[in-house]
Amino acid sequence: MATSLEINGRMVQVEAAPDTPLLWVLRDEAGLTGSKYGCGVGQCGACTVLADGAPVRSCSLPVSALAGIKITTIEGLGGTHPVQEAWVKLDVPQCGYCQSGQIMSAVALLAGNASPTDADIDAAMDGNICRCGAYQRIRAAIREAAVQSRA
Amino acid sequence: MNAHVDQDAARTGATRRELVVGTALVSGALLVGCGPADLLSVGAKTEVGAFGPFIRIAADGAVTVFNKHIEFGQGTHAGLAAIVAEELDADWSRVSVEQAPANAKLYANTLIGVQGTGGSTAIPNSWMQLRKAGAAARAMFTGAAAAAWKVPEAEITVKDGVVSHTASGKSAGFGELLEAASEIAPPEEPKLKSHADFTLIGTDRVRRKDSRAKSTGEARFTQDVKMEGLLTAVVAHAPRFGAKVSGFDDAEARKVAGVVDVIEIPTGVAVVARSTWAALQGRNALKVTWDESKAEPLGSAEIEAKYAEWAAGKGALPDKLKWETFETRGDAAAGGEGEVFEATYDFPFLAHATMEPMNCVAQVGGKGGVKLTVASQSPTLDQMNTARIAMTLPGSVQIENLFAGGSFGRRANFQSDFVAECVHIAKKVGKGTPVKLVWTREDDMMAGYFRPLTHHRLKVRLDKDGFPAAWTHRVVTQSLMKGSPMAPKGIDSSTVEGAMGSPYLKATPVVDGQVLMPELGIPVLWWRSVGSTHTAFVMEHTIDQLALKAGKDPVAYRLALFEKAGAGRHIAVLKLAAEKAGWDKPAPAGVTRGVAVHESFGSVVAQIAEVRIVDGVPKVGRVVSAIDCGTAISPNQIAAQVEGGTCYGLSATLHDEMVVKAGAVERQNFDTYPVLRNSEAPTVETHILPSTNPPSGVGEPGTPVIGPAVANAVLAATGKATFRLPMIRA
Repeated sequence: MATSLEINGRMVQVEAAPDTPLLWVLRDEAGLTGSKYGCGVGQCGACTVLADGAPVRSCSLPVSALAGIKITTIEGLGGTHPVQEAWVKLDVPQCGYCQSGQIMSAVALLAGNASPTDADIDAAMDGNICRCGAYQRIRAAIREAAVQSRA
Repeated sequence: MNAHVDQDAARTGATRRELVVGTALVSGALLVGCGPADLLSVGAKTEVGAFGPFIRIAADGAVTVFNKHIEFGQGTHAGLAAIVAEELDADWSRVSVEQAPANAKLYANTLIGVQGTGGSTAIPNSWMQLRKAGAAARAMFTGAAAAAWKVPEAEITVKDGVVSHTASGKSAGFGELLEAASEIAPPEEPKLKSHADFTLIGTDRVRRKDSRAKSTGEARFTQDVKMEGLLTAVVAHAPRFGAKVSGFDDAEARKVAGVVDVIEIPTGVAVVARSTWAALQGRNALKVTWDESKAEPLGSAEIEAKYAEWAAGKGALPDKLKWETFETRGDAAAGGEGEVFEATYDFPFLAHATMEPMNCVAQVGGKGGVKLTVASQSPTLDQMNTARIAMTLPGSVQIENLFAGGSFGRRANFQSDFVAECVHIAKKVGKGTPVKLVWTREDDMMAGYFRPLTHHRLKVRLDKDGFPAAWTHRVVTQSLMKGSPMAPKGIDSSTVEGAMGSPYLKATPVVDGQVLMPELGIPVLWWRSVGSTHTAFVMEHTIDQLALKAGKDPVAYRLALFEKAGAGRHIAVLKLAAEKAGWDKPAPAGVTRGVAVHESFGSVVAQIAEVRIVDGVPKVGRVVSAIDCGTAISPNQIAAQVEGGTCYGLSATLHDEMVVKAGAVERQNFDTYPVLRNSEAPTVETHILPSTNPPSGVGEPGTPVIGPAVANAVLAATGKATFRLPMIRA
């Protein structure tokens, strides 16, 4: 059935059963493959997108729950967001598969907290697994993005 | 060939190549016995330009380097391109990287013999090959300029993609000279730069070329492949290793909207659909019955208990199973005076748990031939296994190689398990229809190919000065090689590398090292740093316990043993790490330090970990690392690999444990298989030992050292040694 979703500032009509997780609608119907499948049970964070600015696990969120909610994916950041620039500057990605989710969690953190402490970063980022172990650079890039955003 | 290396020779770099070959053969994608690369490339249609298979230069002077290796995070997109750019004197900002196609002849790993990535060899095996490729292309430009300008070639310089002749004031970019340069025959032995002339290699300018694509969602992984008419398949897999399909009822599955077909394949029943969600729903509705008569009966607990019995000399060994010697010196049975240390160590099965579960896109039966679109770690193996199913020539199987969402060894195996599964489905679908096989996390974890469960038993007698006088060592672990085209005639050294050839054994007058390699129905595979995942822990944690017995400082104790063994590179990295960590100064309040040193894949790493015990578990803060990896191409990416390798090793030290019960995988997702998360990740400092030796491995050597360093810090804090990993059991 047709569902109407607001994704990255545009209304998008998708053909999907109401119980379809947002992740598969984004990837298979809307053609937005930046958000990744990692676990399907909200444990790894690779599928993280923003729902009205809050980080959510799109693999575990049915599209029926999203009427009237603004969805932002990695593609909606525009490519030169301060968090993305910090990621590039510090060469954060290794394999890169988890990084869309990491970046979306970091964007949500900084949107609500311009000067996060180490504990704030830990709390905000612990839902995002990186098996390459880029954690140290992720933390550094969040601090870097915070500085750039305040400047 | 094994990983044993003469330390004196290694210090001079003389046997480095031999060592790298050895470890590559035991831990890479190895294929002696599968036929020469020439035959395996029959049927390939690879276009090669004027500058050879590794370099393309565009009319605007932009340089493209073809990467014959997979990029799965290890940074080939920085290092390999930099080697070419250095000798070519290209403008680094105008160098980009493309994945090379599959071609066993053009793109063989020079240390393995066919195309594949493994054993931390991507840079080492490409080093001379890409330097020569870059230098030959440079010579073609200087030759063309000399002819065009009628000046002596020796007076021509190249810098940042601009060819110049100072005396005449002439200069031109690669683009302007492209046509003429393309006509020049490349020299067979072009003149290479000396290390002193490097302007790019070894500098912080050598950074990843893929960071932006991987920060915007644009980087294309197998999971992201879109094609006209693409179908998605998921497979109902057996609940236990060794079980087979005995029947299935697909009536309900076929009613799910979007499901196109349900197909039995050798590994299960595939549901083929127009979208991933439809395929998953279809699988939920599928009823499969399994024949479990040949399923693996054992689980982790029984295997661990049996291994311990065998190592202790209790219980009869199964038929044909026998102990094999990996290192021996003197007469261990003779006995002697002195204090005796005894210990056993246990290590669980480990899943690679890459962020991107295994997947593949295959097309069979169309006019375009057989094609894979997949992150392929071993293109030649994947071609061979695909060709066998699709009934074609291996060389004719096209592979578009994509970014991989991690591998850590998982994507290279002798069966090409997930690729083969996809090809079976695509063959049945036929007509060249692209089929994307998607594994869920649970499929990925249940497929096995684990780091083998491993048991070590040690008995070390100390001399009057507290150093090892006799070292008896037993290892029980599954072979990674048995039944493969690379099955070694003697022992499978990948099971004991890191113990075998250890400088501690070299410094010990009497050694009796033996390994037992039982066969099980649980598939096992190399896991980042392979044998060193357990041997480094055993050797380095044992050494700290011996130092404690001897009343000696762990760094001083190691240095004395390294002196005895002539292990100069170990001494150098340990001294550097100790100096940078301030080993001789008191640690901050509440912090204890632990040290470990280990050689793998031709590189030596020393780490000193600062640990606090919080609520009874170790919390790792600062980790000071020193690495000797020969010539450093990209210091930034060497640091990234040491940082990441440390996290991968720490995850296994603290959390990772795959549990199998009666041949069934118990832990199928991250809720029951915890891995290291951000708040637990240390801050790693990486110090690179200056060297002009050829580059050695970097992707794996950072992984095995952190475990023993942390265990040694815990030992220092609590007096308690660690005899089983992980430290925190879920």
